[in-house]
Amino acid sequence: MTQCPECEAVVQKGDKIEGEIFSCPECGVELEVTVAEPFAVALAPQEAEDWGE
Amino acid sequence: MSDAFTLGLFYTIIRPEEKWILEAAQARGIPVERLHDESVTFPLVRNGFKADLVLNRSVSHTRSLYALRFFEHYGVPTVNPYDVVSLCGDKVLASLRLQEAGIPTPRTVVALTPEAAMKALDEVGYPAVLKPPIGSWGRLLAKVDDREEAEQIIEHKTALGSPMHSVFYVQEYVAKPERDIRAFVVGDELVAAMYRTSSDWRTNAHLGGETQSLEPDAALTELTLRAAEAVGGGVLAVDLMESGDGLLVHEVNPTPEFKALAGATGVNIAARIVDYAAGVAAR
Repeated sequence: MTQCPECEAVVQKGDKIEGEIFSCPECGVELEVTVAEPFAVALAPQEAEDWGE
Repeated sequence: MSDAFTLGLFYTIIRPEEKWILEAAQARGIPVERLHDESVTFPLVRNGFKADLVLNRSVSHTRSLYALRFFEHYGVPTVNPYDVVSLCGDKVLASLRLQEAGIPTPRTVVALTPEAAMKALDEVGYPAVLKPPIGSWGRLLAKVDDREEAEQIIEHKTALGSPMHSVFYVQEYVAKPERDIRAFVVGDELVAAMYRTSSDWRTNAHLGGETQSLEPDAALTELTLRAAEAVGGGVLAVDLMESGDGLLVHEVNPTPEFKALAGATGVNIAARIVDYAAGVAAR
């Protein structure tokens, strides 16, 4: 069972892949899939000043 | 093609765009080497990676620039090339190039100190828009309505400390119809376009503006392709505004997002990018 590090809600792998960014369905915080198998997540990296298109 | 070609995907995070690119490559039987910008190391001599071409999807301008320069040094073509990304990633350099190519752009004045920035704002006239030369997603953009507001904003920007916040890119505020146009170029083709509408004066889809598909007419297509060519071409999102004097190009994005555009238009932009990258690799 994988939990959101912010609110501890259970998050499901579904078809997510390593590196994918998604929102926690409970608290909405942005999470990143750090490992696809076994499924592990962490808070997504914070936007830096030089990030963009 | 798939036996001969491995696509390198240089990325920071996997957003829908990157996921679609991976899916498009898989559908074409193209193997992908994932190159995470947080973990790749760059020796001076190429060592240990397979990619025949690197598609840059890093969201970090700084990381993109160094990485692209290294890939080119290794003899690996990149989409987009270093020169295109370094030019488009700096609004000052991009404006200069567009102006040199005769592309209509908003009136712009650059200043290198806070004192000169006040003069630049007077020259452009109020309201004006103050932008950091590097950065996007509408971050740290300011619409400046009068001198008093200008003094406060410039003081705040100066207090941020970074030398880049002491370069002031001042642009006329274009009274546009609460929307702008995003036109997506892949190679020599405009593949999709949309209106971005927002009650906020910034119309970036990233900030939650609404989007609507747009059938490009000849004038939009011609100007978009000219702007893309002027900066070196490749995979580019050209942002335009409708002014009283016609279309103005205000930005060319070298590592563009396209989730909103793909959603609005139904165009499989990821597939177009992968096909283009394969074509560049085959040259």
